Amino acid sequence: MTEGTAETPEGSANTTEGTAETAEATQPDIHPAADDPHALLTVNRVQKFFPIKQGVLFQRQVGAVKAVDGVSFSIRPGETLGLVGESGCGKSTTGRVVTRLLEPTGGSITFEGREISQLNRDQMRPLRRDIQMIFQDPYSSLNPRHNIGAIIGAPFRIQKVKTEKGIKPEVQTLMERVGLNPEHYNRYPNEFSGGQRQRIGIARAIALRPKLVVCDEPVSALDVSIQAQVVNLLEDLQSEYDLAYVFVAHDLSVVRHISDRVAVMYLGKIMELADRDVLYAEPMHPYTHGLMSAVPIPDPQKEQQRERILLTGDLPSPINPPSGCVFHTRCPKYREELTDTQKERCRVEIPELEIKREGHFVACHFAEARAEVVGEDIETPATALIP
Amino acid sequence: MTGAERVAIDVEAVTAEPAPDAFLSVRDLQVQFPTEDGIVQAVNGINLDLARGQTLGIVGESGSGKSVTSQAILGLLKGTSAQVTGSISLDGQDLVRASEADMRKLRGDVMSMIFQDPLSSMHPFYRVGDQISEAYLVHNHVGKKAAREATVDMLRRVGIPNPDSRYRDYPHQFSGGMRQRAMIAMALICNPKLLIADEPTTALDVTVQAQILELIKDLQREYNSAVILITHDLGVVAETCERVLVMYGGQCVEMGTVEEIFYHPEMPYTWGLLGSMPRMDRTRQARLQPIAGQPPSLIHVPKGCVFNPRCRFTDRVPGNACREVRPDLVAAAGSHPVRCHIDTAERKRIWSSEIAAKL
Repeated sequence: MTEGTAETPEGSANTTEGTAETAEATQPDIHPAADDPHALLTVNRVQKFFPIKQGVLFQRQVGAVKAVDGVSFSIRPGETLGLVGESGCGKSTTGRVVTRLLEPTGGSITFEGREISQLNRDQMRPLRRDIQMIFQDPYSSLNPRHNIGAIIGAPFRIQKVKTEKGIKPEVQTLMERVGLNPEHYNRYPNEFSGGQRQRIGIARAIALRPKLVVCDEPVSALDVSIQAQVVNLLEDLQSEYDLAYVFVAHDLSVVRHISDRVAVMYLGKIMELADRDVLYAEPMHPYTHGLMSAVPIPDPQKEQQRERILLTGDLPSPINPPSGCVFHTRCPKYREELTDTQKERCRVEIPELEIKREGHFVACHFAEARAEVVGEDIETPATALIP
Repeated sequence: MTGAERVAIDVEAVTAEPAPDAFLSVRDLQVQFPTEDGIVQAVNGINLDLARGQTLGIVGESGSGKSVTSQAILGLLKGTSAQVTGSISLDGQDLVRASEADMRKLRGDVMSMIFQDPLSSMHPFYRVGDQISEAYLVHNHVGKKAAREATVDMLRRVGIPNPDSRYRDYPHQFSGGMRQRAMIAMALICNPKLLIADEPTTALDVTVQAQILELIKDLQREYNSAVILITHDLGVVAETCERVLVMYGGQCVEMGTVEEIFYHPEMPYTWGLLGSMPRMDRTRQARLQPIAGQPPSLIHVPKGCVFNPRCRFTDRVPGNACREVRPDLVAAAGSHPVRCHIDTAERKRIWSSEIAAKL
């Protein structure tokens, strides 16, 4: 089945004008990070550019926002892949391209061995049973004029799925499963709190037993105590229905908790992709270091002791991304450690996402494992702090 | 039984005179909003003292009353339907009874605020620099040129590159982090003695958050300001604050130094907060331990302890005290103020044997 990916028309990956075109020509069709024969979903060098147009009557394109620029990864059934990064790094766009809510500009997306990046709306529809999405904002993602029964039952009606006793009992079972009171079937979204609304969105997403759910910041609008409830629910549903998740979030600690593997994105590219434990214990990319050391730790003593790498400045514009390595303008390593010839390489040559160790992909010319930034205290558990 | 004894102890604790070195002192602050559905008791009896140079963190979920507390201190609720009672004294001046004109003199000068969302807190139609220098012009007898110089200087201090040309930019031309820096410049232009930051970094990325928190700390050191930091992120509290006030359902449920709150918390709600967070500094837990249920309605506040419908430990209290009697904020000997019916020794035991080990 997966052999189908090899037949991906080469043109689709290389049509876009890109500085790396010459480099790509010598590379294999399938990116190593996306090369997995057991994959449920394979994303291979996907790009999404938003055109910038000028002129009133005759609009011409003057540039493009390179929201996603050559992203590759794969997900196995039942696995969770975390996508993290700062706002504007393209993580949400990636999620939306995967679900085909946005048209990819280039690259290929393979789901269960079938190329889906070129399918049209009608061809996509049957696949929507298998690929679902949970949105960030539980307030705007539910139609305020539809009651809960209609919202959660919509997938059954749209897909014309027949259930034994009709849609209502099915929906009520789902409501119970996600922790909502089935008697609230006829209520409207405004009668629910943020956490409950997110449960409604989850019930709708799992209604047709999908194989892949893209969760776009599903807990970032929720309070801490409610956030933990929803994270636990997502984990329960995953083991129950063998769901694969693409978990898009900016909160590194939530991503660590829920993901099996994590991809760190910066300016439309994956900087580092590895198993959760490896990535958090031994990050190799300077950006991952900086990102992790910026997370405040809820422990006052450790907070004072820990080493911090401050990333200066803001995210550069994705319209004019920096040349070479997109991160070099903010890179602490570039600034402090590299020699002039090495710096030259960072400015000119685009680092490819390469495999550095088993299952550990890094896009950096000078990647190296460092002592862990955060420092897990396995030896000194919380009890040791009590006198 | 024990309830009556507790009340006696507690009255003393609440009515105690403000600490002598307190710059800001709040006593029994109550804020109510009359609405069609009933009276919303947003803040119910908050007491706090804050000295110059100190940082107090207020932690709580949405609807716990933390933002309303800060708005009451700044006098932003005057002219609304809110009913504010109790006393707020800033440097000896009573703010609850102060006139709006007096408040205007204080706001932006002696005390100021950093809001959560810098884009909606800045006027989109005026240049960033003009908005900042306006605050300076109002409170200082200087000309426009001097105000502009002070503004450019302030913009440079908060780390905005090319402040001279950036002065003329509009808010939409700034990135999120730069807008928050401009907000901070606006709040600090008159060297306020009290700075309230209401979720200053919630809308920002972690990398920018680290920059902004660093900036607030530096400027506080320089001006020796008192800072109240309102947040729901316990990590931010651990990083910046010396003392912490935990709010739930409009009440202060626990108060102490950061060490007390993080290493010896005694209130089941604080335990719940610490247990709900996935933490990067610990071995990954197999499962998070959320607080069951929903935050309380502030119109129909639960009888007894506000936290009792979500509390796992109500069975540790004899009788039905948790559901019947409102516990008082009491500091047992050698401990910090906690609002809970469970016996102090028992609380310490639960924390060390049942909670801390699982975090």
